[in-house]
Amino acid sequence: MPDSLIDLQQVGMTYVAASGPVEALADISLRVGAGEFVSLVGPSGCGKSTLLRIVAGLRPATKGVVNVTGRKVTRPIPDIGMVFQQPILLKWRSILQNVLLPAELAGRDANGLRKRALQLLDMAGLGGFAEKLPRELSGGMQQRAALCRALLLDPPLLLMDEPFGALDAMTRDDMALELLRIWGETAGARKTVLFVTHSIAEAVFLSDRVVVITPRPGRIAADIAIDLPRPRTVELRASEAFGRLSLDVFRTLTGRTEGSVAV
Amino acid sequence: MRPGAIVSQYWPTVALFALLLGLWELAVTVFEIRAYLLPPPALVWDALWNADFSWGPHLWITSLEIAGAFFMAAIVGVMLGVAIAWSPLIANALMPFLVFVNTLPKVAVAPLLLIWIGYGILPTMVMGALIGFFPVVINTAVGLSQIETDMLDLGRVFSAPKWKIFLKIRIPNALPYILSSLKITATAAVVGAIVGEFVASQAGLGYVIANTQSSMNTAVAFASLIWISAVGLALYGLVVLVARLWAPWAEGVE
Repeated sequence: MPDSLIDLQQVGMTYVAASGPVEALADISLRVGAGEFVSLVGPSGCGKSTLLRIVAGLRPATKGVVNVTGRKVTRPIPDIGMVFQQPILLKWRSILQNVLLPAELAGRDANGLRKRALQLLDMAGLGGFAEKLPRELSGGMQQRAALCRALLLDPPLLLMDEPFGALDAMTRDDMALELLRIWGETAGARKTVLFVTHSIAEAVFLSDRVVVITPRPGRIAADIAIDLPRPRTVELRASEAFGRLSLDVFRTLTGRTEGSVAV
Repeated sequence: MRPGAIVSQYWPTVALFALLLGLWELAVTVFEIRAYLLPPPALVWDALWNADFSWGPHLWITSLEIAGAFFMAAIVGVMLGVAIAWSPLIANALMPFLVFVNTLPKVAVAPLLLIWIGYGILPTMVMGALIGFFPVVINTAVGLSQIETDMLDLGRVFSAPKWKIFLKIRIPNALPYILSSLKITATAAVVGAIVGEFVASQAGLGYVIANTQSSMNTAVAFASLIWISAVGLALYGLVVLVARLWAPWAEGVE
């Protein structure tokens, strides 16, 4: 494995609810190498989004060690771009101003990054929409703008929390292709991506590895290597290998053994 | 709106208004009601434009007081609202006081304001601000807390300092709430200004009304009322207009 960008050792997370302590994550050990595309797949409530936020430094782990880019994470660190389920664009700012927001928040020179922001928008097919307000764009376009925003400061690590979960099925498949294209086209070293989803097909299609998480408490049930060739194409979805890998993930997720799956 | 739509929406209002005016005029004539009890509309209309009552200066004073009260309430209200949303400690310390001040009948405080601040337009402004600031505080604080966790996380991912998250994300996000409370404050400022003038003043539209008690010139009181509501409506319209220009994305938040 190349240098690991993310290194989680026995990470656990327990929060206190009204009914007492709830163990959300237990014994999560995971290494993600630089340039890898890794998906976390699991049912709703399995703690995969929480895990992503722990990596981002937004929530504290209550057990274990979290290392990102060689540093111990206790609070948000630079070098991270994040995309959420909703685009959460600021509705009073133009698309360009939204993409430039990270620069302003991080105290960087926003004017100097204008050109880069426009290039990113071009690459995401939003070249003509820089001066539009978010509400003038479709959901898929808004999410692409959110991706540009996450890429503005050129972070080595991209965290994505069900970024296509709120989109309709067709837009969703299209966005997966777009994401891979942008991921492959971005100049310099490939970004490391940690991608949370509950769609098996999406995870298999996008990833180098699919990490399956089972709930209560969230544990890693399997770490499945996706040895499908890149660049990935639409045709790949119909291939035998794609189906076999999807089935593997499905069986791990549901705990059903060979033969018990009625298809 | 198309002209046709405007006509079809507003003709009932205009018709009812004309009908009431007609009945009023008729009643005064038929029942021979004395003018100091109920002046006929025509008399009010004359008073409204009669230069002897020097409406100009009175209008100016009252408008000034209302504007002053409005801006005081808006600025103090937003600042208190931000302070409350900024830290739970400040919120816990401030809220009981603010609720207490809000439950006080402001009219009862007016004489105290005169003792403390003296005569003139300033105590009247403070009066209006006292009546109008509370909704701004509450709406600002509520608006600032009505924010998705993801949006706050977005700010935190970039290690933005708290004040920057307030300035760039939370305050603009609360703008629809703040602007909608300012509509209430616009009305409250008018009430405050008139109450202040009733208690002590040498000029202003409220002063004119208070004076008609001794002169029995009821038509002038009616005329003054019309001027007051004109000022109030103008301020309200201005707030709505500014809200629409400043926060066009906020349409529909009332």
